[in-house]
Amino acid sequence: MGIIFSFFAVIALIVIVFIGVQGANLHYLFGVVIPYAAFFIFLLGVIYRVLQWGRIPVPFRIPTTAGQQKSHPWIKTNPIDNPFTATGVFIRMAFEVLLFRSLFRNTKAELRDGPILSYGSTKWLWLGGLAFHYTFLIILTRHLRFFFEPIPGVIKIIESLDGFFQVGAPVLYLTDLIFIAAVTFLFLRRVVIPQVRYISLAQDYFPLFLIFSIGLTGVLMRYFLKTDVVGIKELTMGLVTFKPVVPKDINIIFYIHLFLVSTLFIYFPMSKLMHMAGVFLSPTRNLANNNRAEMHVNPWNYPVKVHTYEEYENDFRDKMKAAGLPVEKE
Amino acid sequence: MANPKPEELAKIDYQPPKTGWMDTPTVFKPGIFPYACKPKSLETVGFPNPRQWSVKDEDWKLPPNWQEIFIEGLRERVSKYRSFRLFLDICVRCGACADKCHFFIGGGDPKNMPVLRGELLRSVYRKYCTTTGRIMGKIAGARDLTTDVLKEIWYYAFQCTECRRCSLFCPYGIDTAEITILARELLNLLGLNIEWIAGPVANCWLTGNHLGLQPHTIKDAFDMFCDDIETITGIRVTPTFNRKGAEILFVIPSGSMFADPGTFTCMGELLLLHELGLDYTWSTFASEGGDFGFFTTNEMAKRLHAKIYEEAKRLKVKWIMGGECGHMWRVWHQYHNTWYGPVDFLEEPVSPITGTKFENAKSNKTIHICEFTADLIKHGKLNFDKSRNDNLIVTFHDSCNVSRGMGMFEEPRYIIQNVCNNFYEMPPQTIREQTFCCGSGAGLNASENMESRLRGGLPRANAVKYVAKKYGVNMLACICAIDRAALPPLMDYWVPGVRVTGVHEMVANALICKGEKKRTTNLRGEPLPGMEGE
Repeated sequence: MGIIFSFFAVIALIVIVFIGVQGANLHYLFGVVIPYAAFFIFLLGVIYRVLQWGRIPVPFRIPTTAGQQKSHPWIKTNPIDNPFTATGVFIRMAFEVLLFRSLFRNTKAELRDGPILSYGSTKWLWLGGLAFHYTFLIILTRHLRFFFEPIPGVIKIIESLDGFFQVGAPVLYLTDLIFIAAVTFLFLRRVVIPQVRYISLAQDYFPLFLIFSIGLTGVLMRYFLKTDVVGIKELTMGLVTFKPVVPKDINIIFYIHLFLVSTLFIYFPMSKLMHMAGVFLSPTRNLANNNRAEMHVNPWNYPVKVHTYEEYENDFRDKMKAAGLPVEKE
Repeated sequence: MANPKPEELAKIDYQPPKTGWMDTPTVFKPGIFPYACKPKSLETVGFPNPRQWSVKDEDWKLPPNWQEIFIEGLRERVSKYRSFRLFLDICVRCGACADKCHFFIGGGDPKNMPVLRGELLRSVYRKYCTTTGRIMGKIAGARDLTTDVLKEIWYYAFQCTECRRCSLFCPYGIDTAEITILARELLNLLGLNIEWIAGPVANCWLTGNHLGLQPHTIKDAFDMFCDDIETITGIRVTPTFNRKGAEILFVIPSGSMFADPGTFTCMGELLLLHELGLDYTWSTFASEGGDFGFFTTNEMAKRLHAKIYEEAKRLKVKWIMGGECGHMWRVWHQYHNTWYGPVDFLEEPVSPITGTKFENAKSNKTIHICEFTADLIKHGKLNFDKSRNDNLIVTFHDSCNVSRGMGMFEEPRYIIQNVCNNFYEMPPQTIREQTFCCGSGAGLNASENMESRLRGGLPRANAVKYVAKKYGVNMLACICAIDRAALPPLMDYWVPGVRVTGVHEMVANALICKGEKKRTTNLRGEPLPGMEGE
């Protein structure tokens, strides 16, 4: 159900653009108003969510320790997977965020007759995830060319590296290829692996379809359909300089692309995509395992009712005396 | 109820049902769930809604406003625990955790995939705590909190041992233990606990330990240990109890005072500490290092735990040493400083034998006996006759809590390698931080849920079987009291012939003590290698 709903949700989004732009001539709405709204919803939404999480206390220091603790100086510790210091935590987080360290550990359990259980290393999800996120980042960075005049040198360098193989005209970007492949992989594993299909919700398929459609429209625009790049740049520069203009005759495919991106921006703060910010706040990863060396304060710690020694001795005094155990009160 | 044969149990179907999980009713299978708590256990500690109820009954006799209680409780907790809120919010359902859970591997029930176990509660959270869930309902993965949903959450909250193996593999560190801990808190608000947890909690409240051992009973048990040690070694150890002015307070899980093979670990500790001439005391009040309160609510955990420091303060000791136990060390290491600190009435732990300062414990003043013993060995303070353990071919089971909630891997291994000659590791994906649970942690060590325990213990047992076949391993060493209780039946079922020991039992067997007689048996009274005829 989730997959069908999500598929048609994205189709509906595309239809909306056709009706809005082609039918009702709402170029300004789709080219200016919605992108602005989406951008600010994204910005404020993400800030709101992060602040909301940030306001919630971290009552206990609960890192998942994934290596040897620091105890005796003669025992080799694992300062990254089981950090004792803030520097260690920083490195652990860097590995986690930049290289998906935890996912790199992934194994696949297999049961054979016997029974014999084995756990082979499996890196596909790690690889697919890494490919998806990094190509997305590069593509996003390349798009900055639409928001700068003149175009910064660094973006040109990225573009030339990305088109290194000089295939086709316009030059094929390697990241476009990998990106589409990675999204497809992430979708296929959701459908093909029975367990993953079983746990998948509409909110897992929807961003995949949405992002795939964004990629596809982008590819169509760049490689197959003639789009008015100068006009588009005029529009995007208008947006960043707050002097919005809507040039005539930009292909509908651009408006579809832009509307899907806007949808992604709006959807982002209210969805699981917030894992991007959330991972930084994860208490099992971003805390040092130094609980016994440095006290962690729980801001809402409160006194609790305890069973005191006095009550205990009152309950058992005679038995304690008979057993020769020392007591406070004879 | 007889358990199925191992061959039968090992036929595991990992194929999820045709129907979606929200539309697949949860069937309560005998052998999987533990029994309901008795009202008296809850009343003893003042837990809410005590009543006589049974899991098998249709009517769980919930309070009339149970939904309100649960939802209010949920809202309160998502605003008090960043972990909880974040873990409910950011899961992307990538499925990396799915085949990391021992219950899923051993049982195949899709709702035991950590991600789906989390979704059971996450769906309720979406419905009552998020706007999209409230408006979009099922399509947003939200569902109403019905009695069936509540029962489902209960069924699976007591099929998670809070071992945190899934959190190791999660790209965002989502820790199902955290979700289970708080799910159990919510269930506890409705009086929906299990007796195997609530009973020990009540005992611990009244007597200081889970088993309900009264002070004189503890003394008697130790007298017997001392007699046995004297028979075996010729040495009379003289432990003291509740002694003021001792340098160190030593606390172990009460399971080691009561049931084999834990008792041999306790005897081992007695002999070692006597041999050192350590100025230490036991306490009949602080007679439980473990904390089953941790499996009910964090508040209860703190209520039971306070006695450790209270007793240290009353006896005016300098610092505290803890014995071999799993969840005890999760609590001591990650929680008890926060609950009770600053611990300024104790001193920074220093080994009186070696002078080593335990800098890693300078704030909460508690050290693990394995840290202590490893330091002794490193400084050459102990003499061993390793050959006394030559009949043992040993492998080591890393306890979940000590592994993923502390990271103590080398200390016990260093000790084992110094006290026995035959030590072999299980495959790397089953030890250290990737260790598998015994299947009975977090209060699930009851007998009525034996099938669940045997299934959950399969990955661990299977790894033992591997080294048993390859190297002839016949002894599974561990540093956890639940392990020592849970692993023997697990081994008997899956890997007959492999027995279970604490690390300090092997230490004491190899330890050459001053003035000891020629030993012919180990602490279990079994002949030492080469002494079979004597």
